[in-house]
Amino acid sequence: MNRILILVKESLAFRIERGDYKMNYEIVIGLEVHAELATKSKMYCSCSTEFGGDPNTHCCPICTGMPGVLPVLNEKVVKYAVKAGLATNCEIAHYSKQDRKNYFYPDLPKAFQTSQYDLPLCKGGYIDIETDGNTKRIGITRIHIEEDAGKLIHDEWGGDTMVDYNRCGVPLIEIVSEPDMRSAEEVRLYLEKLKAILEYTEVSDCKMQEGSLRADVNVSVRPFGQKEFGTRTEMKNLNSFKAIVRAVEAESKRQIEEIEDGGKIVQATRRWDDNKGYSYAMRSKEEANDYRYFPEPDIPPIILSDEYIEKLRLGLPELPHVREKRYVESFGLPEYDAAILTNSKYFANFFESTAAFGVSPKLISNWMMGDMSRLMKDKELEPDQIPFEPEKLSKLIALIEKGIISGSIAKKVFEKMFETGEDPEIIVKKEGLEVVSDEGALKETVKKVVEANPQSVADYKAGKAKSVGFLVGQAMKETKGKGNPQLLNKLIVEYLNK
Amino acid sequence: MDLNKLTLHEIKNLISKKEVKVDEVVAACYGRIENIDDKIGSFLTLNKEDALRSAFDIQKKLDNGEKLGSLAGIPAGIKDNMCTEGLKTTCASKMLENFIPPYDATVVKKLKSQDAIIMGKMNMDEFAMGGSTENSYFKKTRNPWDLERVPGGSSGGSAASVAADEVIFSLGSDTGGSIRQPASFCGVVGLKPTYGAVSRYGLVAFASSLDQIGPLTKDVEDCAIVLNAITGYDKMDSTSANVKYPDYTASLVNDVKGLKIGIPKEFIGEGLNEDVKSAVLAAAKKLESLGAIIEEFSMPMNEYAIPAYYMIACAEASSNLARFDGIKYGYRASNYTDLLDLYKQSRSEGFGDEVKRRIMLGTYALSAGYYDAYYNKALKVRTLIMNEFDNAFAKYDCILGPTAPTTAYKLGEKSENPLEMYLGDIYTVCVNIAGLPGLVVPCGFDSKDLPIGMQLIGKAFGEGTLLRVGYTFEQNSDFSKRKPSI
Repeated sequence: MNRILILVKESLAFRIERGDYKMNYEIVIGLEVHAELATKSKMYCSCSTEFGGDPNTHCCPICTGMPGVLPVLNEKVVKYAVKAGLATNCEIAHYSKQDRKNYFYPDLPKAFQTSQYDLPLCKGGYIDIETDGNTKRIGITRIHIEEDAGKLIHDEWGGDTMVDYNRCGVPLIEIVSEPDMRSAEEVRLYLEKLKAILEYTEVSDCKMQEGSLRADVNVSVRPFGQKEFGTRTEMKNLNSFKAIVRAVEAESKRQIEEIEDGGKIVQATRRWDDNKGYSYAMRSKEEANDYRYFPEPDIPPIILSDEYIEKLRLGLPELPHVREKRYVESFGLPEYDAAILTNSKYFANFFESTAAFGVSPKLISNWMMGDMSRLMKDKELEPDQIPFEPEKLSKLIALIEKGIISGSIAKKVFEKMFETGEDPEIIVKKEGLEVVSDEGALKETVKKVVEANPQSVADYKAGKAKSVGFLVGQAMKETKGKGNPQLLNKLIVEYLNK
Repeated sequence: MDLNKLTLHEIKNLISKKEVKVDEVVAACYGRIENIDDKIGSFLTLNKEDALRSAFDIQKKLDNGEKLGSLAGIPAGIKDNMCTEGLKTTCASKMLENFIPPYDATVVKKLKSQDAIIMGKMNMDEFAMGGSTENSYFKKTRNPWDLERVPGGSSGGSAASVAADEVIFSLGSDTGGSIRQPASFCGVVGLKPTYGAVSRYGLVAFASSLDQIGPLTKDVEDCAIVLNAITGYDKMDSTSANVKYPDYTASLVNDVKGLKIGIPKEFIGEGLNEDVKSAVLAAAKKLESLGAIIEEFSMPMNEYAIPAYYMIACAEASSNLARFDGIKYGYRASNYTDLLDLYKQSRSEGFGDEVKRRIMLGTYALSAGYYDAYYNKALKVRTLIMNEFDNAFAKYDCILGPTAPTTAYKLGEKSENPLEMYLGDIYTVCVNIAGLPGLVVPCGFDSKDLPIGMQLIGKAFGEGTLLRVGYTFEQNSDFSKRKPSI
């Protein structure tokens, strides 16, 4: 059975790569992103929202739905959701309410989730993304508040399932986009922008690894030019950008194949298996839950004044796209650099703090987008986990600019800083990495290198000036990167011209 | 002197004058309970050990001259749907047979802070669903006036215990008449306060937008004293009203001169037992003779109150009771094949018929495709009924009518016919739908010597007016003073 499946999959993959479809297709994607709000306490009680406590240590009669308890809405939840709405250009409702979404599941002790149904807090907004140099506007249908459920833990040994209610009642916002995205790349750009906005406004800490940002992905395909949307499928609870992008790619291909083979798409919820790289049907529309939404009778409607909304609007911080523009205008960064740096609040803050020490913004940007990003990826660090302070990066850059260390040595120092968090000046001193500018010592090296490379000398004599570069490289190698390259260059030319 | 037969204000007076001791009062009540509760069946759980200890502590404080609460040493019964820390709270259901709450309901906290003595937990219809207390999983409560008859419900244990002098007062809850109808059947005073006046925190919810806790007492003065203790804003209940609550005992004046009282025609028309009707009309005459202005008026929307009520109440109940799924709280079936089966078996075995009937009704009313026809329509009726009351209160200070169409009926008489039982709520549910206060005061007896209570309905937060009218009536009649012969 497994073998057959694998064979079928491979043949599809071939067809996809060859692109031999009867028609051209357009992929249509809409997202429902769930972001955990950065409130200290839960949505309806004073329990901590902190991640990672021992099971069932962050709960009380209220968040475990004990008979007789009542919810009291945490005002910060409304405030954060409104901030998210304002930052995504939404209209804020002066009157909204909460509703109960009823379903049975062991991680939901009340057997209903308090959410919002027909009157969400925010609606009708948008986020702009930059794709191939063009600005594309992705509509935000609505943002509503709701509570999270607990977590089921399956005991692989005993076969039992246990419940941890710590996450029960942690506040979430659900950000529903319009079906405006047309590729996995647009999905990625939208998510990055959304994440940046939520981080900047401090609405959510967006820690993907802790599940504080999750998405349900709706995908459909249609022949190019067709006005009507195709039948969509939904994949629930994807918790990394990579998984979301992969899921969009695989699911759209699956749908195209299905149509190409004369089949029909069934409206269904599908589970995306990120390890196996495909989705499988969970339940069709016919089997879908009837959530029997109705107004939550225990919580009065949420009524917001103009003053309240305007005060929050004025209090919004500089948003990513504004900061991006500022980086181009006042730091003179290329747009590409500015876009990447401002994608994460933590990255952007680090950049600005470093620049405040007076070193070249472009050099900072180079380090951050190059070695720093690479090392963070290797070590699987999040942008808020840069292991040293901005001042240390500024010192490193200053060491290069003053000619105290060479660029290649600097790379080594940087890696060291990443490991130990140590001050680069101390690393350089301790390990004796200063550039050697002593002409006497370097002349010895030059002599040695030139004599060892007669061919390069001949090339030079024959007019190939490039061979000087090669010799400088050899000399740098000889000095283990510590030789002053400008000085070496000068000495080599002098030696060759002798 | 049988201390248990006295009113709250009489005992309060004796205790403060140090003429009786708290433990004597408590002992008198427990003596009465031991003598007759096997016949009445008011109690589901006794709290004797704890009550005697509190009595001792309170007496000690009294002897030391410490300041005590307004209910110092007064024995109270608590309906078994209000959470009591460390004391079983079953809602008279197999589902919660062994549920011991880790916290006190706000009202229980308030009673304790006023130094009342919690005597035990009172029988009721399962999850407060019913009008006769026959739906209790554990036992049936009997009417102290006639042991063959029901005490009414759902707060049947609370009403019967006060009528039978087992406790001095009790707390009940009222979602569609569950305090007022048993008060009428048992010949005691019962008040359903304005929605939001008493915190619901710790009351196991039946229908959140309708439920309200209130007192069952021996007379109107006691009612005002208990009301003082339990009303107030509670930040744990978002539907609790943050308003200034008056001293209700200030309303205990023997004077109704110039008060305008309306009687809805529809309340004294078809379907009303003749004895009840003449008792209520006689009460109206009495009030008129005392200077009140009595007028009949029409409330045509009340015809739709029962269907609207059952839609809203059942819809909310279907959601509120969903948490009893065998996973975290209460009963879990011992045999099941998978998760879905565990839910089905636990709920099938743990809930009684009436509860299941209402859960199914409510689930249906909220289902896709039916929501607008049932639940939403009921909400519209709710608005219309509220408007009708608003119009009435533009003209009248309060509304007078019967509490129930009949006096107490025989055990088993209606339990096989749920619809007939529902119709017994015809004069009470509109008050919950509109969130208004309703006070029941004994106003007569039928030909079988069964008590009849009249219902006074007031404006939101108009409890004071109701207490004034009720008090005046009581001062000029003696129906509250009569006791069952048991």
